[in-house]
Amino acid sequence: MAADIAKRPDDASPWFDRAWRGLLLGTMTLFVVNIGLMIAAVVTSSFAKRWLGTWLPEGWTTQWYTAAWKEFQLGSVLLVTVEVVFAVVALALTIGVPAAYTLARRDFVGKRFLMLLFLLPLMVPPITYGIPLATVLYKVQLAGTIYGVILANLIPAAPFVILVMTPFIEQIDPNLESAARVFGAGTGRMFWHVLVPLLAPGILAASLLVLVRTIALFELTFLTAGPDSQTLVVALYYAVFAAGVRAPQSVDAMAMVYMMVTLAWLLIALRFVNPTQLVSRVKEHPQPA
Amino acid sequence: MSATSAHLARPAFDRTLLLVLPATAFMFLLFVYPFLYGLALSFDPKEGGWLGNYKHFFTTDNQWPTIWTTLKLALPATLINVGFALPIAYKMRVKSRYQRWITTILVVPITLGTVLIAEGMLTYFGPKGWLSQFLQFAHLYDGPIRLTHNYWGVLISLVISGFPFAFLLILSYITGIDPVLARAASTLGANPKAQFRHIYLPLLAPGLAMCFCLAFVQAYSVFPSAVLLGSPAGPTRVISIAAYEAAFEQYDYSLASAIAMIMGFVQLIIVAAVLSLRNAFYRGPVSGGKG
Repeated sequence: MAADIAKRPDDASPWFDRAWRGLLLGTMTLFVVNIGLMIAAVVTSSFAKRWLGTWLPEGWTTQWYTAAWKEFQLGSVLLVTVEVVFAVVALALTIGVPAAYTLARRDFVGKRFLMLLFLLPLMVPPITYGIPLATVLYKVQLAGTIYGVILANLIPAAPFVILVMTPFIEQIDPNLESAARVFGAGTGRMFWHVLVPLLAPGILAASLLVLVRTIALFELTFLTAGPDSQTLVVALYYAVFAAGVRAPQSVDAMAMVYMMVTLAWLLIALRFVNPTQLVSRVKEHPQPA
Repeated sequence: MSATSAHLARPAFDRTLLLVLPATAFMFLLFVYPFLYGLALSFDPKEGGWLGNYKHFFTTDNQWPTIWTTLKLALPATLINVGFALPIAYKMRVKSRYQRWITTILVVPITLGTVLIAEGMLTYFGPKGWLSQFLQFAHLYDGPIRLTHNYWGVLISLVISGFPFAFLLILSYITGIDPVLARAASTLGANPKAQFRHIYLPLLAPGLAMCFCLAFVQAYSVFPSAVLLGSPAGPTRVISIAAYEAAFEQYDYSLASAIAMIMGFVQLIIVAAVLSLRNAFYRGPVSGGKG
């Protein structure tokens, strides 16, 4: 219906309109095609025997994957990544969901201040607060350990959970909570038996979003990680950084491992969340059709 | 109104408020405290008076120009990203099958992250990469193309990671605007251009300002791509590189904190400028009311 009206003939010349649409479509296609080719170039290179200045490599091999696995100790890096990511998701939910509940349901002095406090880490560049944070973590000897990395990654993750969960909680009818209280449930039981089941879709969305974002978060891990606590993205950075030392195919193989891990989780996440949620907060209410 | 009546009905202290405590304590301990600590540390330099670090930064030749280097990368990148994202998102505002597809495709570069984009660009845009081969094959441009290890490489990488971000953000703002408003305008004889100019643009202004700020923050804190795709000693020595070097190569945490503070301050100025510009526009609800 809206589309029909938008397409209604109007005063603007059709020629200009068509050119404009073509330009937009062209830009978009160029952008997407180039990104596709960029990814394809990494894939091709990671399977290439020798690839110098030709369209396609001379032969194909999978040896770079075994080489990369050994050279970059991918086994232990993957293990660290999994530990960090799941710890961050679990902790962010543990402290984020109750806070989101209070912010969604109660009005209190200082609420605006708290909202600002939770919004700031998403607005300030990670390097700006990452460097003082790393300094403090070095002082208490947490930097360079996996605990330091987890704590650093929690700083953007916990506020993100709060921002994502608040609208979900606002949608739940407060009468359900009152009913639970009338039947004698305390806050804890009400939380577990009423809110958590109702919030399950929101919690799932929030954890997947945090998970995907944490895998890709580079700066904070980079500033706080030691040699044994690197996550995949930081290990990849060092591999690209020291590219002259190793065969480019081996770095590309590592990039592929990283890409596979990220894309796998992204595909899982996209089954449950809208792509725009990865960059912005959730819509408060479902759109009227 | 409901808040005050609830307040009267409840006992003096509401225990639910305690639920916000862990998150607040965490943020104070790991965000506010380090920030204040860094601020204090920046005024306690290794040598010189309390302003020693700031004096050092603004008088050293490879330090203070990093501000301009960063802005020269971040501002064009942000303008390109928001400038292209707005018309394209506007075209796609109507829900369709493509909208779902395009958003899904565009979310990929965001989640892959800057490090992987850098590696991909080194392979694809490099002197022996497919792009240069194609340009030579098609005789579009025969000279060597230099799109990596310089300013352009970093700018392109900022567009690749920033454009999808700006697009998805603006799309989520545009789809939040009730199409009934535009339909009403069209009933009154507004053509699509006028609808955009007088209905969508004013309603989008706050969203656009927010999007500009977030996209700017991303571009401004560019680090991995400036190192991997730029020339970190020369034209893409951005401020985050200066801060990183001070902290982890010279181990001068005091100077590093000072640079981080300057970085935050410059960014704050830009964000404040954009947000005050936004106040010049209409502020009000974006969905049609019942009244």
